[in-house]
Amino acid sequence: MLMAGIVGYGAYIPIYRIKVEEIAKIWSEDAEAIKHGLGIIEKSVPGRDEDAATIAVEAARRAIKHSGINSGAIGAIYVGSESHPYAVKPTATVVKEAIQANDRMMAADLEFACKAGTAGIQMAMGLVDSGIIKYGMAAGSDTSQGRPGDALEYTASAGGAAFIIGKEKAETIADIIKTVSFTTDTPDFWRREGASFPTHSGRFTGEPGYFRHVTSATKMLLEDTGFKPSDFSYAVFHQPNGKFPRNVAKMLGFTEEQIAPGLMTPIIGNTYSGSSIIGLAATLDVAKPGDRILLTSFGSGAGSDSFAIEVTENIDAKRAKLVKVRDIADAHKKYIDYSTYLKNRNTIKKR
Amino acid sequence: MSRDVAIIGVGLAKFGERWNAGLKELMAEAGLQALEDANLKSDDVEMLYGGTMASGRFMGQEHVAALMSDQLGFKNIPAVRIENACASGGSALRQGYISVASDIHDIVVVGGVEKMTDVTSSEATTALGGAGDQEWELFQGITFPALYAMMAKRHMYEYGTTEEQLAAVSVKNHENAMKNKYAQFHKRLTIDEVMKSKMVSDPLKLLDCSPISDGAAAVVLAPLEIARKYNDTPIKIVASAQASDTLRLAERDNLTSIKATSIAAEKAYKQAGVTPKDINVAEVHDCFTIAEIMAMEDLGFYKKGEAGKAVMNGETAINSKISINTSGGLKGCGHPVGATGVKQAVEAVWQLRGDAGERQVNGAEVALTHNVGGSGATAVVHIYKRAN
Amino acid sequence: MITMEKPSASLWRKIKPRYNLSGNICKNCSTAYFPPRIVCRKCGRNSKMESMTFSGNGEIISFTEIRVPPDTFRDEAPYTVGVVKLDEGPLVEGHILENGIKIDIGTKVKAAFRKMYVDGEEGPIYYHYKFEPV
Repeated sequence: MLMAGIVGYGAYIPIYRIKVEEIAKIWSEDAEAIKHGLGIIEKSVPGRDEDAATIAVEAARRAIKHSGINSGAIGAIYVGSESHPYAVKPTATVVKEAIQANDRMMAADLEFACKAGTAGIQMAMGLVDSGIIKYGMAAGSDTSQGRPGDALEYTASAGGAAFIIGKEKAETIADIIKTVSFTTDTPDFWRREGASFPTHSGRFTGEPGYFRHVTSATKMLLEDTGFKPSDFSYAVFHQPNGKFPRNVAKMLGFTEEQIAPGLMTPIIGNTYSGSSIIGLAATLDVAKPGDRILLTSFGSGAGSDSFAIEVTENIDAKRAKLVKVRDIADAHKKYIDYSTYLKNRNTIKKR
Repeated sequence: MSRDVAIIGVGLAKFGERWNAGLKELMAEAGLQALEDANLKSDDVEMLYGGTMASGRFMGQEHVAALMSDQLGFKNIPAVRIENACASGGSALRQGYISVASDIHDIVVVGGVEKMTDVTSSEATTALGGAGDQEWELFQGITFPALYAMMAKRHMYEYGTTEEQLAAVSVKNHENAMKNKYAQFHKRLTIDEVMKSKMVSDPLKLLDCSPISDGAAAVVLAPLEIARKYNDTPIKIVASAQASDTLRLAERDNLTSIKATSIAAEKAYKQAGVTPKDINVAEVHDCFTIAEIMAMEDLGFYKKGEAGKAVMNGETAINSKISINTSGGLKGCGHPVGATGVKQAVEAVWQLRGDAGERQVNGAEVALTHNVGGSGATAVVHIYKRAN
Repeated sequence: MITMEKPSASLWRKIKPRYNLSGNICKNCSTAYFPPRIVCRKCGRNSKMESMTFSGNGEIISFTEIRVPPDTFRDEAPYTVGVVKLDEGPLVEGHILENGIKIDIGTKVKAAFRKMYVDGEEGPIYYHYKFEPV
């Protein structure tokens, strides 16, 4: 068994929302059919002054507050995103400075489509378990872009979460019992250098992409740990839309009830690198000591990271300092129309 | 051990959008008029102080004082540029005053110039923004209208000043400008027109803001003892005072008055041996309508919170209780920033000489000018009387 | 003037105060300053300045919506800025974020982390505190 666990976490979702109807109207699509097909009713949109760095910072600051640790004790920061504000120049350094962490710090940006956040958790776990650092922070945040008119436009949203990994028994709110990954080279979804929008290969993203990787990683985890789906109180699967995680849960033998608390995509959209870990955060918000949570992320390209997590006694004591994901998602929500959406995304051509 | 100083000549280049004129043309227009007014030859001038705020940003031209001296045909005299944001002109006048009063020079020309219309209005907004704290105000996109708007909002909150009272400042100054051939605007306004003009930074609307202008002004200073050699009605500078404050608005003691103004005014009244009640004519720094209201209070003409009502009641129109901004002020006459402080002195001289024509204040004996830099980090106050 | 209006060193120099409202306090007279000052306004050359991070909580003293921006903010207008009195004492200028809460003089705010200014297509991104009504 691993020693590393979660010491604190935080999430952030921008206040702006656009409804499926508003996007469907522009393209003369049937909103009801899209809502049903994708299992989503609206998505979050970043403000003009938000990007993956500001979102990661807001989440990281909440995580620090929740953990109760001194940010100076963090030894590594990894920020996963597919929309890092700079092509060259790290987002992690912005986060490091904005949480007033120590200059003695390991840091890097990660990219693995939607699973760069969980990849960061694994890296932090390794450093913590080996005793190289005391605490590591892993954040996943995105202001993902969907090509106008494409199916992804209904889901690609903005948000993020940050997790602080440590191993002090008195501090962890949840221990990570096991993690395993399944990785192949699969071109289901990509964005080339300089391209404004990602491209996907349609239905190929489903079976050979999402489903193969999520089920393989999850089965490996179940085999390694000897747990059955029923040994988990909750499960969180990467949620590119509202439908895939439900289907994959069913395929793997998990129930609707197990995935319900962590299923955030229907109301916030797919936050990419933030997606599965916002789901984990929302699940931890309601979990009790002793609960087991299964988390399996997915990143196109492709890979899945699967985790078996067990909630500790410490979770209740730290709850006072927690801002819950569903409260964040509901707070100050502001609906915008499609033209404001274009303006916020800086896609109106001015020069 | 200082000498009395008099203004023996004044000149003004018409304020406005002077598409045909660059810095050189504007400076020459004002400067030659001042030399003529003082019956001087170019060779008589010993020293030049030139006020300009942002010629580098507006025109790509620095080293403006030497240029001014060059263009006016002064031969190899010392020339110094004074930059104190919108108070550059007033500050240059004070430096000229000091150099004459201290017996260093006899004949000193003080010029002020700004050529602002060759850049776009957003570039001008950026250039003027440099008068505040670049790192904490302009960097955050906080413009000058915004700084004064925040003062206005607070003034309204604390004293019940209204947007109509602000508008009344603009209406009065435009009315005065109707009678000034050098003014940028010859357009009568109503309170309703001001109220309905485009919002710039609430509560300040376009017609609450002084315009972007081209213009120049010049005065010639001499020791009073020899002033009559050049001019029959020399005007004596009876006080010259200046104060500064924090560059950043938020760091001041409060947002509803400009402390540098009250400090400079207090010193000036003391030097001149007069009180605010003695002032007949005042040219105050109305870069925004709220600025005139604050100036009226900070200069001691009205109690805090009373100025808005006074403007509304017409107490500051020409030949009423106190005539404020007879030239049209920055709002009506225009605000070529570096020229403004010198232009105020020109108007004071015309009023005290009885040369102000249609806008003449009857029995004007004591005049005051008030020039502010930035959101109040510099204030310069001068008081003038006819020499006996 | 589209790109590189300011060199990136000017961003780097002020990262600590701009990101975290880190200012200072004069130990001689206990006056807190944000942005940090090199010299205490009260104590002059007797200043004893020590760094101090502000909570970011405060209240709006005045505010305005800017509709005519400088060229660096040409695509951002309208935006709201205010003077905020921080709980620890100093008054500071900052952007006030929209979050549906109606703002007025006296409205409580807390600090948030946002982009302030993006220097064209290729220049640096300037991050900054902004204030969010609570």
